[in-house]
Amino acid sequence: MTSPQPRALRSPTRRGRWWSEVGWKYPVAAVILFYAVFPLVYVLSAAFNPRGSLAASNALFSSVSLDNFAALGTTQFWTWMGNTLLIGGVAAIGAVLMGAAAAYSFSRFRFRGRRAGLTALLIVQMFPQTVAFVALFLLLLGLGEVVPELGINSKITLICVYLGGALGANTFLMYGFFNSIPTELDESAKMDGATHAQVFWRIIMPLVTPVLAVVGLLAFIAAFGDFVLARIVLTSEDNWTLAVGMYQWVSNQLASRWGLFAAGTVVAAIPLIALFLATQRYIVGGLTQGAVKG
Amino acid sequence: MTAQMERPQATETPGGESHARKWRGPGWGFLVKLALLALVNAFGMTAILSAWRAESWVILGAAVALLVIVDVVYFVKRALPLKYLVPGLAFLLIFQIFSFLYTGYVAFTNYGTGHAGSQAQAVEAALIQGERRVADSPDYPLAVVQRGGELGFAINDDGDVRVGSATEPLTEVDGAEVGQNGAPTEVPGWTVVPRAQVLADTALQEQVVGLRVPVSDDPEDGSIRTREGSTGVVYSSSLTWDPEAQTITDTETGTVYEATERGSFVSEDGERLAAGWYVNVGFDNFVRAVTDPGLAAPLLQVTLWTFAFAILSVVMPFALGLLFAIIYNDPRVRGRKILRTLFLLPYAFPAFMSALLWRGMMNSEFGVINDLFFFGADINWLQDPWLARFAALWVNLWLSYPYWMLVCTGALQALSGDTLEAAKIDGAGRWRQFRSIILPLLLVSTAPLAISSFAFSFNNFVIIYMLTGGGPNFAGSSEGLGATDLLITAIYQISGVAGGAADYGLASALSILVFLVIGAVSALAFRQTRKLEEYQ
Repeated sequence: MTSPQPRALRSPTRRGRWWSEVGWKYPVAAVILFYAVFPLVYVLSAAFNPRGSLAASNALFSSVSLDNFAALGTTQFWTWMGNTLLIGGVAAIGAVLMGAAAAYSFSRFRFRGRRAGLTALLIVQMFPQTVAFVALFLLLLGLGEVVPELGINSKITLICVYLGGALGANTFLMYGFFNSIPTELDESAKMDGATHAQVFWRIIMPLVTPVLAVVGLLAFIAAFGDFVLARIVLTSEDNWTLAVGMYQWVSNQLASRWGLFAAGTVVAAIPLIALFLATQRYIVGGLTQGAVKG
Repeated sequence: MTAQMERPQATETPGGESHARKWRGPGWGFLVKLALLALVNAFGMTAILSAWRAESWVILGAAVALLVIVDVVYFVKRALPLKYLVPGLAFLLIFQIFSFLYTGYVAFTNYGTGHAGSQAQAVEAALIQGERRVADSPDYPLAVVQRGGELGFAINDDGDVRVGSATEPLTEVDGAEVGQNGAPTEVPGWTVVPRAQVLADTALQEQVVGLRVPVSDDPEDGSIRTREGSTGVVYSSSLTWDPEAQTITDTETGTVYEATERGSFVSEDGERLAAGWYVNVGFDNFVRAVTDPGLAAPLLQVTLWTFAFAILSVVMPFALGLLFAIIYNDPRVRGRKILRTLFLLPYAFPAFMSALLWRGMMNSEFGVINDLFFFGADINWLQDPWLARFAALWVNLWLSYPYWMLVCTGALQALSGDTLEAAKIDGAGRWRQFRSIILPLLLVSTAPLAISSFAFSFNNFVIIYMLTGGGPNFAGSSEGLGATDLLITAIYQISGVAGGAADYGLASALSILVFLVIGAVSALAFRQTRKLEEYQ
């Protein structure tokens, strides 16, 4: 890792300079790497450790087997995984569609209350939904008495709750992006007789795919990582999401279910990490843009 | 709204088309829109009807209003922008704006355990709780019956079968059949639910145990209840409700419970019935939060720690991320891309899993941290107040420095080279360059992110709840608050939504405090970035 450049070998002064300017960065990188990656290596090792207890996991990679992964099948893990994917997926698609439609409206139409609407959205998005969870819980209790599908312990409810936060969180990110698409495009399409719906679906949407992907991914990750709302809404075990279910594993009998938790973590996190690393450029760009430019 | 309106162009024939062939009918888009609206209307009508039946007037009104708005917006040619805004706005209004406003309302009530629902509901609950088995009641052989989703009881009263439900007092029926043990086996107009089914279905069991079938129109006669679904017994309440005087009287002891302004029934010697209703209590919840001895001191500590956590959760990861960004934003370092990707991993790892993972790693007895790095010492990372706070910051640092590294790398690369060049020519050393040029410029471009990061950390429920659960608990905290509790986890604890005694009023009052802090911080952000001027 620390192989110096060939030219630097020639004179000791150059070598010294190389070391003081560049070379030291490699050992430092090793230290950072250890800090960053050790927990992940540890959980990987624990996942493959057949004894599955917290204490036994400390000897890294002392023995390797797939027992823990097989044992996941005896728990509700795959149900939770399915619930998480379903809820996150539907919420992400809904957030993308609603956010895009709203951004299109704000970006392409001029109407009374447009500025006020944008300002109101900007203010609303500052307040996270989770802080109002008590009122949300009471609201769902009331709604459930009338429409059971929208009450406590329904996956549809949770999706609706997530969608409630969709407009505030995403409209601005998309609004900026939509504005960067020249209006001449839609005007010429309208000249050719396209309706507003055709302009939206056929002209604008294909051009804004990157931002749609970012918003969808962010919405999915948000739903994946949410605990409070999922915990309040989903009461029965077969409705839980991964966050609720795995919290339960670790909070009760932490020591004995450690192998299961580690295996579940590896299974659930690897696709997410891969997805994230593949798209991190867009995500961070999107985050920065959304926050700086609005 | 979906799909396209155009069909593939028909090939033009030189002779021209007939009018009939030119008409292409309504487009697919229109049909899809029609189908979606039909669905929405069907759902809306169902909701309206069941709201009518459940007598929930607020929900009824909201459902009617929403349905009318949706139909008008999508069937009228004008209102174009609204066609695109209505779906998102509907969800936003119901699940976010309403819940914000409702928080404001609940904060001024004593809604919670013992104060749930209206006064009428409280009276009903009190009467049920005051119910005792009538001493000389015979055991009636009983069958659980059902009619269109409504449960009822059929009892055998010395050969006469009588049937009724929660809303219909018992009436005699002709033509019923009785089985060997005396319980009715067939009741005209009702289906008998087999006992095995009652025993197998716990949800049904609960309904059956909770079901009360009035013996007659006179409430004084009591009602039939069952414990196991095969014998019925007459229960009656020793309490009576006098709506005129607003009192509940215990007919056995003669105690009179008076309705108070605080939403409870209290007797003269201070005894209180468990069932109460919620009333407006003004600023009581807020006052209680700062004066109640078991609450004020822990809450003050929680608030201070929340601010400390939020500030440090921005400053520490920012500093570390900036440091790494500066070190590795150097084209001479090889393998930068791989290194950066690896450095990024903690951020890509789902946050709740990180917290749970560290919780295991920091376990004092079996955790790998003590075992590997502290030679098996018994360091109580998560049980000692200060160590737990440190642990929370440490874990948060681990999972959020990569974000700042990414942001700072981007900002560094966007810095103008000219300015740095000029500084170099003027003889500024590395440190001077950093302090006087790089850092100020970076701070300007990252300040908005820092502010939103502060607001996020202020409410970072997942890290705290998953890592320490808010603990270790303060001694003498009446609500079980602990040293690492943030305001948001304290609200969760106090609200009791996850079990335990509920105090929605106090929890909502604290939510409002959080809203105020976030509002103030956001106002700061507004001024900072002047977002409002951007879209004119």
